Amino acid sequence: MTNFSYTVLIPLIPLFVFLFVGLLGHKMKPIVSGLIGTCGLLIAAILSYFTAYQYFFNTEKIDGTYQKILAFNTIWLQFTEKLHVDLGVLIDPISVMMLIVVTTVSLMVHIYSIGYMKGEKGFARFYAFLSLFSFSMLGLVLATNIFQMYIFWELVGVSSFLLIGYYYEKPSAVSASKKAFIVTRFADLGFLIGILILSFNTGTFDFISLTNVNGAAILTGAGASFLGLSVMTWSLIFVFMGGAGKSAMFPLHIWLPDAMEGPTPVSALIHAATMVVAGVYLVARLFPVYAISAPDGLLVVAYVGSFSSLFAAVIACTQYDIKRVLAFSTMSQIGYMMVGLGVSKYGGEAGLGYMASMFHLFTHAMFKALLFLGAGAIIHAVHSNSMKDMGGLRKYLPITHITFLIACLTIAGVPFLSAFFSKDEILTAAFHHNMPIFIVQMFVAGLTAFYMFRLYFRIFWNKDTHYHHTPHEAPITMTFPLIFLAIASIFSGYIPFSQFVSSDGVPFHSELEWTVAIPSILVGLIGIGIAFVLYKKESASSQKIAISLKSFYVAIYNKFYFDEIYIFVTKKIIFNYISRPVAWFDRHIVDGFMNSIAWVTNAVSFRIKGFQSGQVQQYAFVFVSSAILLGIFFIYLYSI
Amino acid sequence: MDILSLFVIIPILTVIGIMITKDAKQTRVISAIGMGLQLILAAYLVYAYLSARQAGDLAEMLFRADYVWYANLNIHYAVGVDGISVAMIALTSIVVFAGIFASWQVEFLPKEFFISLILLSGGVFGFFISLDLFTMFLFYEVAVIPMYLLIGIWGSGPKEYAAMKLTLMLMGGSALLLVGLLGIYTNSAPDGGPLTFNILEIAKVNIPIEAQRMFFPMTFVGFGILGALFPFHTWSPDGHASAPTAVSMLHAGVLMKLGGYGAFRVAIFLLPEAAHELSWIFIILTSISVVYGAFGAIVQKDLKYINAYSSVSHCGLVLFAVLMMNKTAMDGAILQMISHGLMTALFFALIGMIYGRTHTRMINEMGGLMKVMPFLGVAYVIAGLASLGLPGLSGFVAEMTIFFGAFQHVDVFHRVVTIVAVSSIVITAVYILRVVGALLFGPIKNDHFLHLEDAKWFEKLSTVTLILAIAAIGIAPFWLSTMIGDSLQPIIDKLTVIIP
Repeated sequence: MTNFSYTVLIPLIPLFVFLFVGLLGHKMKPIVSGLIGTCGLLIAAILSYFTAYQYFFNTEKIDGTYQKILAFNTIWLQFTEKLHVDLGVLIDPISVMMLIVVTTVSLMVHIYSIGYMKGEKGFARFYAFLSLFSFSMLGLVLATNIFQMYIFWELVGVSSFLLIGYYYEKPSAVSASKKAFIVTRFADLGFLIGILILSFNTGTFDFISLTNVNGAAILTGAGASFLGLSVMTWSLIFVFMGGAGKSAMFPLHIWLPDAMEGPTPVSALIHAATMVVAGVYLVARLFPVYAISAPDGLLVVAYVGSFSSLFAAVIACTQYDIKRVLAFSTMSQIGYMMVGLGVSKYGGEAGLGYMASMFHLFTHAMFKALLFLGAGAIIHAVHSNSMKDMGGLRKYLPITHITFLIACLTIAGVPFLSAFFSKDEILTAAFHHNMPIFIVQMFVAGLTAFYMFRLYFRIFWNKDTHYHHTPHEAPITMTFPLIFLAIASIFSGYIPFSQFVSSDGVPFHSELEWTVAIPSILVGLIGIGIAFVLYKKESASSQKIAISLKSFYVAIYNKFYFDEIYIFVTKKIIFNYISRPVAWFDRHIVDGFMNSIAWVTNAVSFRIKGFQSGQVQQYAFVFVSSAILLGIFFIYLYSI
Repeated sequence: MDILSLFVIIPILTVIGIMITKDAKQTRVISAIGMGLQLILAAYLVYAYLSARQAGDLAEMLFRADYVWYANLNIHYAVGVDGISVAMIALTSIVVFAGIFASWQVEFLPKEFFISLILLSGGVFGFFISLDLFTMFLFYEVAVIPMYLLIGIWGSGPKEYAAMKLTLMLMGGSALLLVGLLGIYTNSAPDGGPLTFNILEIAKVNIPIEAQRMFFPMTFVGFGILGALFPFHTWSPDGHASAPTAVSMLHAGVLMKLGGYGAFRVAIFLLPEAAHELSWIFIILTSISVVYGAFGAIVQKDLKYINAYSSVSHCGLVLFAVLMMNKTAMDGAILQMISHGLMTALFFALIGMIYGRTHTRMINEMGGLMKVMPFLGVAYVIAGLASLGLPGLSGFVAEMTIFFGAFQHVDVFHRVVTIVAVSSIVITAVYILRVVGALLFGPIKNDHFLHLEDAKWFEKLSTVTLILAIAAIGIAPFWLSTMIGDSLQPIIDKLTVIIP
């Protein structure tokens, strides 16, 4: 058995960088903190690649199955005799895959930010937070148990909060960061309740024993039922609620578009490639439990994912802020991944969806990070987020243009680029297991191609906008990551993924299914074609379509008014209808009662204080008359 | 001389030392030295306790000492500690130490201020080491009385009102408590023999159930008033709002813990049958506290009010967990006391420091302070994150232990109240982020704030001490949780006999 204990360094290096840069960053030159951060991540990335090589090629498989290896483990906190929280490192196919994704994208973002964030005031702070995020995310993917995952889950949430609110003097950034934290925190409440139920019923947090197909957790799992679903199903639905919050699934997606207030490299890293797929990763981690003990829970995952992907794709068609288009696109693509998991079965060929979902997670990380970083280069050049201020940029930004085009072609599912393979396998899995979802996803594929090319044409073609400063290409620190990720987007589809990742750890063979692939190519081309007609040149036809749809268009443009619901719940219900009455009740009823006790005491003593007047005549009068009364009383008593 | 009595003697010596000082500077230095010694002593106590346990000393209480001081009623000065009291003593010494530095700049009657403050801390230390109910009660009163002077003289706003209200409500609690304690005393020898105030002695006998039913509510409510049990918590917002910084720190950080500790050590430990029977009433009240305090905090505008309501919520969780009466939840209760003590002390210290600069505590009058005072800003964010239960800081460990402990009960009632308590994590996030956003972020609202200075050395020392303690518990909770858990065993053994 290969020794993997060094892997504990992969998350720890970013942690040390965070502490070092966070505490001493203000004393260094900005560029030094950037370089320290980048070097730290570079080491982590090299270790991750080495781990992947060791794990997939140099570790013995037992019965042809990839083993789950506990590389490091220590008890962190003991709840009861059975339940204890461990911190450790779990090495298995999906955690190794995530290591590659996280360190690659994070490294690219670190390099890119040296150019992008140049001259910002909190440069060192930015790198400290990036390292904190990388640490938390790596801790999350390497988690050995569900509670460790929850710990790091919260930590990535707070890193995301800090980075969205990076421009803390901007009120919109502050409220966006608050919103992101509170919405995901609400989802985490579900996650926590799910963990409570799950751990109580199975007596363990540990992933290895939870997902052991012959283990006690799965065999006894189904158990008692409540409202028609087994307790296990309920707990996994609650757990999925946490995943849905982090992964911006409907209806907990509302924080993601606003999160674009953060610096663009942050959007690329956290809100496109890594943190938002944590929900998918969570379901994948617990997949055997879902598939065997709680198929109903898996169905929920599939429908939520499918609806979210449709919902987001529709909204993306109408947005003008290029980062928001990409944000909705992310939501839509994560919907695909959820569908992949949702329609999958456990084991062998039936587990195609599982593999496809992980595959898509991988390719999506590459091309979506590329899109965001490209968008960052564009924003850097024109100082605006709105595509209304753009047009004809292909002349000014050649490298950005080419790489952005590659990314758009990839996401649109053009043959032989990476997402073509991964998306197609999700569609194939849906085709075999759930027809309605297959049809929806096919339609979404067309929408995706349309809105991405709407974006592409509006930015790089369309009208020739006049710019105040001639836009110029970004520096090498920014273009290098673009080129690297473009290459990854093209070629990562050729990784024989099913040889490495499968639902039961046994490699299997998968091929393109042309009955699915050809329609999906056609749908994609139609989408691109429509975008070409409408947006290649400046024309009024797109406006006409928008006007003809009127209220429906307005509803979509306003994201179906879900932000208003959030504001209604927080501002109106929580603030005005619950908290205010509570505060009033406390001040006036509870405290009023306490004060009234004091008041009554006071009033009574005021009444009776006349007895202690200090006037001797009065005392003498009372004394004498009382004595006489008593005397009469006793005489009366004795005379009976 | 036993080591525990030093915890009472050092404050007394410090007070004497302060009396003979000449000016404010000497007063501060003497106080700092005295409380620094106390902190070192507490660290040594933790070490000595752990090594005694390591060496296999299985006695329920260690470092015991016992002197008779009123033989007629069998009242002893009896001291001894287990892991729980050791943890509480460590907490107290950290908070008092930080409190001295947070009040470095008291200008009005500094001598008298530090004397009262240290006297108060002496009472708290005495309370935690006592094994004799009467001595315990005596120290309890010693801790509560200086509070009146500290708020009434050095406070701000409607300070006489607040001081009066706080003292009267706590005295009301003491009255109930005294009756409860005497009730326990008179029933401490149901089979004949001498009556006793000694906790360990009483724990061995079974107090008749009728007596338990009568005296459990009295002791629990008596201690509960100090622990901000709904609906007897209203002294807390007014009291904290008027109290000077160090007093708020000590009061919320340590004094309120006397309530939780007492409820656990006396009410539950000595009267377990009644506690088991009647716990449902108080579980309802405490779960109301948890949610109600959090909602109450959302709309407040005064920083101290926000924190006072937040304390109601967090201390409600302490009593809630104590009433769950299993090892995990009680372990969580003690952890939560320590965690809340540290972070609320940090909060009040920071609020005092911010108030000292801006001369307002209204969050709507402030904004963008992160830019002008980054050190205090970062510290405030850390305190906030600890409060909303971020992993890596102490609040998370305590809350999770409580939730998982409470969830071990299988019946619907306990499940429902647990879920209610768990939901407070969202509400807490709402009010913490609201404060942090309004106070530290956004544009600067008032141009005068542009010239404010960041923390001075003594303020940094105070803040960093507390943050380090919070982070230490959050990062490595195992030894603390185990130390507390092991000391809970006698109580658990007793409870398992009673609860089928």
